[in-house]
Amino acid sequence: MQNVLFHLFRRMRLPLIVLIVSYAVSMLGLVLIPGMDDQGHPWRMDFFHAFYFVSFMGSTIGFGEIPYPFTDAQRLWTTFALYSTVISWLYAIGALLTIIQSNPFRQAVAHNTFIRQVKRIKEPFYLICGYGDTGSLVVKALSDRGISSVVIDINQDRINTLEIEDLSAVNPGLCANAAETDNLIASGLRSRLCAGVIAVTGEDQTNLMIALTSKLLVSPKPVICRAETEDMEANLDSFHTDYVINPYHRFANRLALSFRSPSIYLLFDWFTSSDTMQCSKLIQPPKGLWVICGYGRFGKAIEKFFNFQGIETIIVEADPDNTQPPPATIIGRGTEAVTLREANIEEAVGIVAGTNNDANNLSIIVTARSLKPDIFTVARQNQQKNTTTFEAAKSDMVMQSSTIIARRVLSRIQTPLLADFLRTTQTKDEEWASDMVKRIQELTDNQIPHAWTLRVNNRYAPALAASIKKQQQILLGTVLHDPRNYSQRLPCIALMAKQKEEKILLPDESLSLSLGDKVLFCGTADAKRHMSLTLESEPALLYCLTGESQSQGYFWRWLSKKYLQNGQMN
Amino acid sequence: MNFEKIAFAFFIVLALTLNFGFFLGDIDDPAHHNVFELFAALVVSLIATILKFGDRSHTGAILLATSLVADLQLITAAVVWGATVYAMDIGLTSSVMSSIVSLSGGALLANILSVVILVMEELRFRN
Repeated sequence: MQNVLFHLFRRMRLPLIVLIVSYAVSMLGLVLIPGMDDQGHPWRMDFFHAFYFVSFMGSTIGFGEIPYPFTDAQRLWTTFALYSTVISWLYAIGALLTIIQSNPFRQAVAHNTFIRQVKRIKEPFYLICGYGDTGSLVVKALSDRGISSVVIDINQDRINTLEIEDLSAVNPGLCANAAETDNLIASGLRSRLCAGVIAVTGEDQTNLMIALTSKLLVSPKPVICRAETEDMEANLDSFHTDYVINPYHRFANRLALSFRSPSIYLLFDWFTSSDTMQCSKLIQPPKGLWVICGYGRFGKAIEKFFNFQGIETIIVEADPDNTQPPPATIIGRGTEAVTLREANIEEAVGIVAGTNNDANNLSIIVTARSLKPDIFTVARQNQQKNTTTFEAAKSDMVMQSSTIIARRVLSRIQTPLLADFLRTTQTKDEEWASDMVKRIQELTDNQIPHAWTLRVNNRYAPALAASIKKQQQILLGTVLHDPRNYSQRLPCIALMAKQKEEKILLPDESLSLSLGDKVLFCGTADAKRHMSLTLESEPALLYCLTGESQSQGYFWRWLSKKYLQNGQMN
Repeated sequence: MNFEKIAFAFFIVLALTLNFGFFLGDIDDPAHHNVFELFAALVVSLIATILKFGDRSHTGAILLATSLVADLQLITAAVVWGATVYAMDIGLTSSVMSSIVSLSGGALLANILSVVILVMEELRFRN
């Protein structure tokens, strides 16, 4: 606020001085010029009356001549004083309005409001740099879960969109360059409540700067960063950025993985998708010759992972000078039948439309289908606003960077163990994975499974933590009981447990829980809700431990204790 | 030679001298204290205050504070004058005059402080 006031005062100096001087001169003149009272005696106005007269003359042009009618000399002077004070007022008010409407002033006010809003957040929040397609998805999802985000974006239009977005949490937005340290600090980087930094701007260089700054200033805070080239990925990893997401890389990796094991792909898809959807079906991309249109960052990643899985590829690229594809490349966009025929489309089993132009990608898909109707299509969608068109194109798979990054960020924030689980899954074989898929499908009745983490501590599981502190042994199986009916199991599976630094895949029910443990579950949303009852309420936990419901309230507890003691004595 | 500096120092010193001129004389004798001088002292003091607006330095902040004190004292003196003479019909008795002059004496102290700080700041720059 100080900045704004200083700015205002500095620019108001001259108008105020002009106003004071014109008042002073007018008053002085009125006091010095001789007048006449009602009896015709010479009379002089005093400072008190002069101030009163000039005050109402300047602002309203008059109630009349007081206390006595003026002489002509006084009237002459009043005419002069009238114009000079009115003009001074107009000048002062005009200057004030100009300052208030000027850009620097409004920016300063917006900046101050932003800082105040950030300070007013009393819950842990995330600092999100970049409010493009990805950033807005992340902010929306966090807000739906009641978590605030502080947003920085260099584009004022995007900040305006954030302001009119109907979000439940408080999400202050600042239009500034996130690569500048001051802006990050103003957004609460150093705040105790800042739970992590998410750098998802469109510029790799900016993301790098944000990650570096955060790591240097507040190193224990997690930093999640988007990177679009392998170069940048390696660079970010070199200073231990907590989580680097390269959307092209991730997608290509998983697509290639689905050649080897479609079930693992399915597990990935379930656990990283947004909630309340039908379970996606098993997709099995055919093995054989694949045509890759576009040899940019995406095309290169796809080619690399396909080659790793032993899939043959033909590349179609329109601008070979820039992208430097292998020598056997077909030159062309791939949007016309001639190029696709040249690329041997009749022999191919799949096509990847991976250029950075959505219209071209759609055209490639449509053309390829007309040449070979049963071809497997993978389309790259660059912009979120084209979602409807891509859905209508009915491509077998759609790669959309912003969604991939947003889902990754969310699963990383909410269920950090999930990333570990998925990484372990990759090393398993198809049989293990398809077994897992079947188990989960049976549990959740073909709905998308929810994944959540049980944190054994005072904050998230107060009842559980309290009984562990009382030296009571609690097994993992205890929390799997339905707190409404002991003989029933909650429809969920413990996927992974983390005790100290040790990670256990599919932990046994006899696992003994201790403080600080984390367990990753998956199951229905109801199971998650009922489990939290066991974790938070002492009677529910006791019921799950013993299978008997306990009396509640001091009075009933005292009564039942007394009754039990009597019973034992008899 | 900086015109802004000259104007600044001019108004600060003028505020002090006018204030001193009004203060000078027997404390309860209306004949020794001219109403025009009080008026001029008040106007110049107000202008000096506005000139100090928007100075973000530490010295600037103290100068603004002393100036505001002087304004407050002089405005109170003027209000006392106006109120006793016109609103309450007491007139310029010696007790009224002495309270007006002592109020302006307070303003004088604040103005002296302003000038001292101004001179000290200048000396610091020269060294």
